[in-house]
Amino acid sequence: MNWQWFHRLGSPRWFYQKTQAWLPWLAIASVVLLVTGAIWGLGFAPQDAKQGNSYRIIFIHVPAAVLALVGYYVMAISGAIGLIWRMKLPFVVMRAAAPIGAALTFVALFTGAVWGKPTWGTYWVWDARITSMLLLLLLYIGVIALGQAFLQERTADKACAILALVGTVNIPIIYKSVDWWNSLHQPATIKLTESSSIHPSMFYPLLVMVVGFYCFYAWSLILHTRQQILVRERKTRWVQQMVASGSTRLVEEGGKA
Amino acid sequence: MSTEVRPDTFAMVEGPGFLRILRRELLLAYRQRGDLANPLLFFLMVLALVPLGVGPAPDMLAALAPGMIWIVALLANLLAQDGLFRGDFADGSLEQLALSPQPLYFGVLAKVLVHWLVTGLPLTLFAPVLGLMLSLPESGYLPLLLSMLLGTASLSLLGAIGAGLTVSLHRPGLLLPLIVMPLYAPVLIFGTGAVQAAIEGFAYGGQLAVLGAMLAAALALAPLAVAGALRISLSD
Repeated sequence: MNWQWFHRLGSPRWFYQKTQAWLPWLAIASVVLLVTGAIWGLGFAPQDAKQGNSYRIIFIHVPAAVLALVGYYVMAISGAIGLIWRMKLPFVVMRAAAPIGAALTFVALFTGAVWGKPTWGTYWVWDARITSMLLLLLLYIGVIALGQAFLQERTADKACAILALVGTVNIPIIYKSVDWWNSLHQPATIKLTESSSIHPSMFYPLLVMVVGFYCFYAWSLILHTRQQILVRERKTRWVQQMVASGSTRLVEEGGKA
Repeated sequence: MSTEVRPDTFAMVEGPGFLRILRRELLLAYRQRGDLANPLLFFLMVLALVPLGVGPAPDMLAALAPGMIWIVALLANLLAQDGLFRGDFADGSLEQLALSPQPLYFGVLAKVLVHWLVTGLPLTLFAPVLGLMLSLPESGYLPLLLSMLLGTASLSLLGAIGAGLTVSLHRPGLLLPLIVMPLYAPVLIFGTGAVQAAIEGFAYGGQLAVLGAMLAAALALAPLAVAGALRISLSD
């Protein structure tokens, strides 16, 4: 197998150059999917028999919660890759993933609270899923805070990677909490292996939103990583040349800026 | 000025590596006897605030007792974590430990074991007395003892990860509690779960089994993470 692509991942410059072509596509895909999903879900999907219109917040709540959990794995796996192969780029991705994940976790908690008021009659209950999402938020904040505490970026990267890896033990617990503890939060309605307990007329707009959130996540992660790369590589020649040319696009080696 | 006398080399005490570090740590703990009472005092102090805060009604206290005792034990453990590697880091013996030919894993294990012997174990043995003061129902004492015996050992191991990550920072402040708290949460859930189940007349073996499983996993994996964290902190 050809491992060249993998070794290239170690180079922030290569990443910066490659991703600038992906950004417009990801941006278009996320805007189109999110707008379509939102209009479809909010305007055309049928009302819920029990919850009326209030269930429609699901179109933000579920994708945000999914991406909050996925984002933790993105962060932890990047950290592991960085630790094992001693590469620079995965650490940058890991550090960039932390604030995005924290924001998504907050969105999931906030929309959950807003949804909880009309359906459960309360904004907050100390229920297994909600408490564990709060712990997830604290895990993210812990990684961010630990990263800021060190003076040397290299030490901060490795320390964050260890913390992120240790924290992964909590993720399956959060994911399975609604199935293991019979809690107020409804069990998972979308399943890969069996038929989902959600009607297709609600499921398809939700699916569009989830895919849209994935695109949006990838877009913001790449943007954030690129910005971090520029900060970290500010002393290198390619960044200085690029900045001097007044553009944020990296021109191929040998090309005139 | 510090009056503390630290055994400056590991070679001072004889024996194989793990036992040598164990004896050194115990010797250190013995020479700082005053510090041994700190977690217990904290435990007593905070629990004395509970009846002042929520009122002295026995049924109210009995309902709060399992959770309060566990939470305060957890905080007392957290309080003692910060010093776990700090002294050794400051005087360079941590570097020697990392350079020694034996795996850092065992060095960490010995240090955490002594940490548990001087905080977790006394807290566990002291807990029934505080249970008595908070009018914990009679059926709760044995599960409280057993769950704390297993749980505080896990707490010491998990907390050591945080201590290892923050040891090189000059002002760790709230960072250690922040990064350790989410890891402590599962232990707290099953620890109070065992006591709560016993008080309500249910079997509590399941919760104890989960605590035991957590301890087994933490015993195998946490020292690896601590060793990694210490090597990173030493290179800072």
